Amino acid sequence: MIFEVFRQEKKGQPFTHAGSVVAPDAAFADAWAREQYGRRGESEALWLVPRGAVHQVTEWADEFDLKYRRVDGYSIKERLRIARERAGTTPT
Amino acid sequence: MSARAQRLLELADDELILGWRDSEWTGIAPTLEEDVAFSSIAQNEIGHARALYELAAAELGTNADALAFDRAPDEYRCAAFVELRLMDWAHTIARRYLYEEADRVRLDALKASDDAELAGLAAKIDREETYHRLHAEMWAGRLRDESRFRDAVDELWPYALGMLEPVQRPELGRRVGLELVDANERGSHTPELAELWNEMTEVRRSAPGATW
Amino acid sequence: MDARTQEFLAYVQDGGQAEATDWLPDEYRQKLVKFIEMHANSELMGVLPEREWILRAPTLQRKLALTAKVQDEVGHAQLIYRVAEDLGKPRDQMLADLISGKAKFHNVFHYPTKTWGDVGVIAWLVDAAAIISQKALLKCSYAPYARIMKKICWEESFHILHGRDVILAMVTGTDMQRELVQEAIDRWWGPLMQFHGNPIPRDEDPMYVWRIKSQGNEEARQQFLEGYVPQIRELGLTVPDPNLHRTDEGVWEYSEPDWDELRSVVTGHGPRSQDRLAFRARYLEQEKWVRDTVLAA
Repeated sequence: MIFEVFRQEKKGQPFTHAGSVVAPDAAFADAWAREQYGRRGESEALWLVPRGAVHQVTEWADEFDLKYRRVDGYSIKERLRIARERAGTTPT
Repeated sequence: MSARAQRLLELADDELILGWRDSEWTGIAPTLEEDVAFSSIAQNEIGHARALYELAAAELGTNADALAFDRAPDEYRCAAFVELRLMDWAHTIARRYLYEEADRVRLDALKASDDAELAGLAAKIDREETYHRLHAEMWAGRLRDESRFRDAVDELWPYALGMLEPVQRPELGRRVGLELVDANERGSHTPELAELWNEMTEVRRSAPGATW
Repeated sequence: MDARTQEFLAYVQDGGQAEATDWLPDEYRQKLVKFIEMHANSELMGVLPEREWILRAPTLQRKLALTAKVQDEVGHAQLIYRVAEDLGKPRDQMLADLISGKAKFHNVFHYPTKTWGDVGVIAWLVDAAAIISQKALLKCSYAPYARIMKKICWEESFHILHGRDVILAMVTGTDMQRELVQEAIDRWWGPLMQFHGNPIPRDEDPMYVWRIKSQGNEEARQQFLEGYVPQIRELGLTVPDPNLHRTDEGVWEYSEPDWDELRSVVTGHGPRSQDRLAFRARYLEQEKWVRDTVLAA
């Protein structure tokens, strides 16, 4: 079985994918991953997940260009410029 | 030499020689993942040996490296158990398993010692040995039904008993579920130790007193 | 080259990276697996010359440091083989191809080690040459490989430190110890100069074209010379190449490395090639029962 290894470098940080180990069960995966990813004290914690339990998502539908859900969907700069001009507060 | 120093050398020599033997698996263990994990065990053992030598060295007015490498083979106090060259996995795991069980009996006694320094070091070693025990038990569980493993355990059992003082042996027998047999007593060395010592000290002997 | 492959090539040349689940051109995938496999094989075979010296280490600290270094090499092999496995080649097939000679490993691991001087020179100079190649893989177009290189490079930095420490202890020690270092450098210099491969222009090097490597062979060699010749010389040690010098433009010139030797060695005719492969084959065969029965999930 392949176990994906996620490691947390320091407390508070996210767990990030670090690699994988081939092991017959969780006990062996634990014994092996802790040395491969922790023998130099470089990991605060590890998550070991059988590869089969990982469900990957890589495609999204974005047919209608729903800009309001993204930062580039707002034209703040231009409207602010016009508003400042009208109020006579344009910075010189 | 005080009884304490002798005791420390016994423990240190066991860990050094077993660590040396275990380090022979570097690069050739059954899988790459196991190779990495097994190497940590060997390093931990050498680390334990070093700490024990340092305690003895303070008392004997020398240093850990001198104790580890500069004595003659017949001056080492290790049990024959750790000297055996066992370059097949069934025997190697059988030894790991029996050694960890015996060492736990021994460490439990040392942790209760009124020698504060030794008790403290034994506790530290024991905390690291927890992972060695998990590893050995994990493997012993997987190999339980393999006759070559069971045969290896039977073969090494008298040696494992020889690691401990007679009074500690019944406890070991209880823990591994084996009847007591005549032990291969500590005190005489196998020819394998001299061979190991030659290789182990080859570089060091080439320039006595040099810094490496 | 079909349009989809052309598009992929342009994408990687522009700095794009691919993942294990992406479509990869056949040519790219084949070259990638072969390159990664050779790297993994090299880490694994590199263990063998060094493990003998673990057993002979002259102090407890050196024994621990060398064991840890070699453990790292095995760990690197595991990381790298896993990447190739996820590209579709099973580990036991790769190990079988290594043993049979179908797959190769780097030249330096086909040579004998003779003294403790070799231990220092390998950790200091051979690992330095390797780390230069490895840093050039940090931006590999194949992302899973690029990602493991970070851990590998981090661990290699400890090796160089260890190597340097071993060398410094010897050059400040007895005359005999100092001679061991010089003699080791004299023996290893040829293989070191061959290590980065012949100076094929990088635009003719498929590894660079597909951005698997981010530098050409000669660039790597120049980096090695620039970094390490001064370090060797400042210790009063010499490099056994009378033609080695640095031009005013900062380019290192040197005697032509023996490319025939390189070709011969990597095809399995090095002084220790066959017996090291046989040693590895012996233990693989002996412990096959462990993998087949005990470790089957």
